[in-house]
Amino acid sequence: MKIRKDHARFREIVRGRIRKNLKRFISSDELIGRQGDEVVSIPVPRIEIPRFRFGSQESGGVGQGDGKEGEGVVDEGDGTGAAGSEPGEHALEVDIHLDELAEILGEELELPKIEPRGNEAVETTEHKYTSIRPTGPEGLRSFKRTYRRALLRQIISDTYNPDNPMIVPIREDRRYRACQETTRPRSNAVIIYMMDVSGSMGDEQKEIVRIESFWIDTWLRSQYQGIESRYIIHDATAREVDRDTFFATKESGGTMISSAYKMCVDMIQADYPAGDWNIYPFHFSDGDNWSADDTQTCVQMLSDEILPHVNVFCYGQVESPYGSGQFIKDLHEHFESNEDLLTSEIKNKEGIMDSIRDFLGKGK
Amino acid sequence: MSLPLHLQEIQEHIKSIALAQGLDPFETIYEMVDYQKMNEVAAYEGFPTRYPHWRFGMEYERLKKSYTWGLHKIYELVINNDPCYAFLLEGNSLVEQKMVMAHVYGHSDFFKNNLWFANTNRRMMDEMANHGSRIRSYRARYGVQPVEEFLDICLSLDNLIDPHSSFIHRKGGGPQNMPTDADIPKMPSKAYMDSYVNPAEFMDAQKKRMEEDTVRSRKIPENPQKDVLLFMLEHAPMEPWQRNILSIIREEAFYFAPQAQTKILNEGWASYWHSKLMTEHILTDAEVIDFANCHAGTVAMNPGGINPYKLGIELFRDIEERWNTGRYGKEYEDCDNMVQKLNWDRQLGKGREKIFEVRRIYNDITFLDAFLTPEFCWEHKLFTFEYNKKNSQFEVFSRDFNDIKQKLIFQLTNFGQPFIYVEDANHANRNELVLWHRHEGVDLKKDYAVEVLANLQKLWTRPVHIRTMVDDKPVLWSHNGEEFSEDAWTPQE
Repeated sequence: MKIRKDHARFREIVRGRIRKNLKRFISSDELIGRQGDEVVSIPVPRIEIPRFRFGSQESGGVGQGDGKEGEGVVDEGDGTGAAGSEPGEHALEVDIHLDELAEILGEELELPKIEPRGNEAVETTEHKYTSIRPTGPEGLRSFKRTYRRALLRQIISDTYNPDNPMIVPIREDRRYRACQETTRPRSNAVIIYMMDVSGSMGDEQKEIVRIESFWIDTWLRSQYQGIESRYIIHDATAREVDRDTFFATKESGGTMISSAYKMCVDMIQADYPAGDWNIYPFHFSDGDNWSADDTQTCVQMLSDEILPHVNVFCYGQVESPYGSGQFIKDLHEHFESNEDLLTSEIKNKEGIMDSIRDFLGKGK
Repeated sequence: MSLPLHLQEIQEHIKSIALAQGLDPFETIYEMVDYQKMNEVAAYEGFPTRYPHWRFGMEYERLKKSYTWGLHKIYELVINNDPCYAFLLEGNSLVEQKMVMAHVYGHSDFFKNNLWFANTNRRMMDEMANHGSRIRSYRARYGVQPVEEFLDICLSLDNLIDPHSSFIHRKGGGPQNMPTDADIPKMPSKAYMDSYVNPAEFMDAQKKRMEEDTVRSRKIPENPQKDVLLFMLEHAPMEPWQRNILSIIREEAFYFAPQAQTKILNEGWASYWHSKLMTEHILTDAEVIDFANCHAGTVAMNPGGINPYKLGIELFRDIEERWNTGRYGKEYEDCDNMVQKLNWDRQLGKGREKIFEVRRIYNDITFLDAFLTPEFCWEHKLFTFEYNKKNSQFEVFSRDFNDIKQKLIFQLTNFGQPFIYVEDANHANRNELVLWHRHEGVDLKKDYAVEVLANLQKLWTRPVHIRTMVDDKPVLWSHNGEEFSEDAWTPQE
């Protein structure tokens, strides 16, 4: 098709704009919360052709329907005149496939491709309700289709009365939604995120973890077909949480890093036999552990139980005004020559880009 | 792909009914396409042979996405051309195809007979292909990037045309004698009354006006000129290929203008006819429900705006009814008795004749001005809405007839776009260009205006300005090629 060339050119322009703004995107939370399963919608500034025009907010318009003066108008789009419901103008949003975004990230940061291990192509089946059939459980009855069949039947059999338009569906009129099976490759990679939520980790530190996790997620997703994520938070004790809690939790208290590592070990042993799985534990902390003893326990666990099973273990230390930042030094001391353990110090949001490069630049 | 045999037969059938009802369409050629092709053609605004440009790709992506999400489906596409081309969507049900074909004959008839389309090129299919091959050859010769950049500049100005200009025949142009004292315009009078009818003070004032005119005629342009594109074509320094591209963009903008001028009328007319032809002549009993469902989708109302299909079809039906029963003119309007008005029927039967007249000589603005009635607004629950800055939402503002009419017409006037004129091409005697925005209550969107000025500057090569208002204060926005600036501006006598 002829349009392919124009479309490709458009995508090229979009990619150019994203590339140009990538550093800004990486060091802000602009894209967080915009990603779906496969795509992320990115606000691309200045891409439409500019013309002299009115600011749409001011002009108002004409509509049809009920409502008293002063009542709000529900804007379902598609009208002439009306525009979005938020003040201020938003840039055109373009959907970018996560793979494509990862590709841009990869090219800009010069990230090497990962060689996966284990056997891939394990498949799972999914059900989607996309078709209609005349039998099925009542819970799946399609009201609209059933109504239309009934209406049609009553008109044909001359039992429809326009003055009293009552439609009574009978057995034959009923229509049900039916499902179709689709297969999807099962994931064979897992990211285990661990975060220190002790008192010394402030909002800004967590924000950095959030943004960095998003990009790590994006990159690893592009390298594996489907990927699982698990989340562990810890202060003096560790617990597994869902994604939202992971980023939202405010806790205080002491810090026992070993509690998180212990949970990570249990998780791996229970759910992810290392032969089939690619395992990526990431741990973010401000590096202020409770005691030297606990750090010793951590080192022990890392070398005996974690590192032998995982692709790579990443430790990111976020700088905090309260933390001593000792933990990363201890790790350096014990694992200096070990390539399976990567560390990175993240000073502030601008440092996220370099940190991603530290973790993913090895191609593990 | 041309139509399958069974649809060809249906097409012949629908055509013969349409002709019998008095429609006078162009010869119409139907093509069956799948949704991808449909989206492609729609992205090219109906012309698959158009010049290459990324904005078509952007539009394609938008259409593809909203099709995938089930937000819209393009049933049909018709092109104003002789013969008329229409695209049908493969995989539509038979009822839908019938409805679409009937709808298309409405459009085709409208293109052929509506006055505002009289000056459009009816060989546009060929012309667009020529434009396409010309721009392709420039790309090959001068490079893809320079051509694309220049197209971007032209497109950002392509709404600055005067769509009425093809109807205006201005006199003059040839050499004129310099006016002398004897040419001072005065009131007609008998010779003996002259000194009373045209006293000396009056003659002096007239003379002064004439001199001012002479001063003004040294200005370029003499009067503010709305066709900014034409002005640039005639006065901006350009390479020949650039001038050629600019004239292509202008020609295409003129071709599309009448479609924007007659959206409500055109869709209303086509919907009126698909509804009439389908329900009275074409449908089988078993198809009625599906048709009703499909038709309801086309004319569905939406509180956030006006559906031109709905407004148009209802106005046509209203006009037909009013002229059938004689509910128009002085006698009806002056009648105070509501009961009498409600049952008014003079048995005139002029409805059909009237709607054909309307489709021939009206455009959206004159259509609404002449035929929108308070009864109609009330019956269809029309209202105006405004943006409330306090709680950040659009709110129902008024249900008053005059408010509604004014708002509708304001939105349609100049396609709902700002009036922009070239005012002075030699500002400050430094070859700087000044545009004038005729402010009618709504400010320009600034970030866009800044970029348009930057583009205009690239074309004009000297600094450019636009005179406008922001929050009721006159300002002059300028771009000198390096940067944008804003100055207060004092109106001068």
